[in-house]
Amino acid sequence: MSNRNHINILYNKNLAPYIFVLPFLISFLIFFIYPIISTFIMSFQKIEGFNDVTFIGLGNYERLINEHFFNALKTSTIYTCCILLTLVPIPLILAVLLNSSALKAKNFFRASIFVPSLTSVIIAGIAFRLMFSEQLATGVINRIIVALGGEAIKWNMGYVSGMVMMVTLATWRTTGVNIVYYLSALQSIPEELYESAEIDGANAVQKFMKITIPQLKPIIIYIFTVTIIDGYRMFTEGYVFWNESNPGDLGLTMVRYIYQQAFQRNDLGMGSAIGVVLLIIIFTINIIQLKYFGLFREEE
Amino acid sequence: MHKKLNFLSIILVLLFILITIIILFPIYYLIIASLQSSEEMFRSGMKLFFDPKIMDFNNYRLLITHRDGIYFIWFKNSVIIATLFTISSLFFSSLVGYGLGVYDFKFKNIIFTLVLVVMMIPLEILMLPLYKLMVQLKIINTYAGVILPFMVSPLAIFFFRQYSSGISKDFLDAGRIDGCTEFGIYFKIMMPLMIPAFGAMSILLAMQNWNSFVWPLIVLRTNEMFTLPLGISSLISPYGHNFDVMLPASVVAILPVVILFLFNQRFFIAGLTAGGVKG
Repeated sequence: MSNRNHINILYNKNLAPYIFVLPFLISFLIFFIYPIISTFIMSFQKIEGFNDVTFIGLGNYERLINEHFFNALKTSTIYTCCILLTLVPIPLILAVLLNSSALKAKNFFRASIFVPSLTSVIIAGIAFRLMFSEQLATGVINRIIVALGGEAIKWNMGYVSGMVMMVTLATWRTTGVNIVYYLSALQSIPEELYESAEIDGANAVQKFMKITIPQLKPIIIYIFTVTIIDGYRMFTEGYVFWNESNPGDLGLTMVRYIYQQAFQRNDLGMGSAIGVVLLIIIFTINIIQLKYFGLFREEE
Repeated sequence: MHKKLNFLSIILVLLFILITIIILFPIYYLIIASLQSSEEMFRSGMKLFFDPKIMDFNNYRLLITHRDGIYFIWFKNSVIIATLFTISSLFFSSLVGYGLGVYDFKFKNIIFTLVLVVMMIPLEILMLPLYKLMVQLKIINTYAGVILPFMVSPLAIFFFRQYSSGISKDFLDAGRIDGCTEFGIYFKIMMPLMIPAFGAMSILLAMQNWNSFVWPLIVLRTNEMFTLPLGISSLISPYGHNFDVMLPASVVAILPVVILFLFNQRFFIAGLTAGGVKG
């Protein structure tokens, strides 16, 4: 009898979908819901060991009001704005050019521009550390600056130059991926739109502004959103340049601040409070994005 | 008209040659630096062009000898983790994506929304409670600790859902008439039909895992458990005295992904556009 029930379950097409999605539900509860709840709880606690936990109310949040937290928030925000300025428009322009019928050897260029996306941030960062080194022996960027009559820059010692290094690294690694997104969207724009615009006498710039941009709007919004989230989650681009410590809070982003407080100073409560703030930032961005742009919605 | 087009073509090609040179330069720089001894490099400046008189593969020999070949242990860890992660992630994520793609059931939309929520919240925010959980589960500093939390990948679920919803329902009905169980239909009929999706996702998941850094940094505590990015980052020092090992180590670590890319470009592109947003 039990054997027959067993067989019936396997044939039951009303039950089957629940079994198929079960791995997600289990993973969601254990590795998503539980950690989120646990972050909130820990953010109200002082944790000095696994069994030495005291409830301190908003204590950790009060300690957040300090210079380092605001530096981290500032760095993450400026970094996010900078990569929005590079990673949304540059790949768009390159993709439009790559899509142009006038360009020969498209596949070769497309593949070459994609290669940086294959590297890990650490390895790309090692190449960039070498290039941006202050010593002329290895630092090709400073060699160029000196050759042009400028003065060698201590790249990893200044806020602006440090930001330039991180943004360049991220832009270099991610441009290829965004080009792929733009290209797949460009190829789905109906050719007739351009043909009828041509009959109306539109030039290349007009076609770009009146047809290409509006048609690409969903993908632009997608890349915009993903770039903001990538900006606020950034850790490794800073870590690879300042791996041991952050002199003057250089490279100290929100996630680095969590890492520093929780794993380097063993202050899990404080780390959780920063995590909650970051969670609220990301959540707000997603809500705004959903409310005004409705990403993923139109395909339903 | 034809002449004008030709002129434009030449300008465009020249422009892209320049862009390609700039973009590939950092990788070239890494390779050319890895062929020079750091002592020589700091004494008389790094050479930018290949010169057989001062360049050789001596640094690469160091990968074998440096700290009794720890590099091979990192490489082995990376290969094992990427393989286990990719296989298990493909299996579970495809099941879920298929369930959401082909069946109609009560909580389908809610569950799919939850998948999107997980996709939009970065793991870095949860690394601290997840670390605590790994300690409680006693899988800190193990392969399982690196793999388990992210095994059911929302991106892969999304992709498999899109792909499987495009497969004709006739296959399902035919399977049912033949007396297959619902799971038999999946394994015998649908899985073979989804091979291109498996190809695209396996490459994307393997590459992401091969390059991942933040989570392994948290979970893996000892040098002999490190993956390549972790091990190589442990060689970084402000004074550059590890250059002789660090540079060839970096070059060799990129190779597997580049080789995979050269032979499977199509799959890479398909996997990357898995975000699946309608353009």
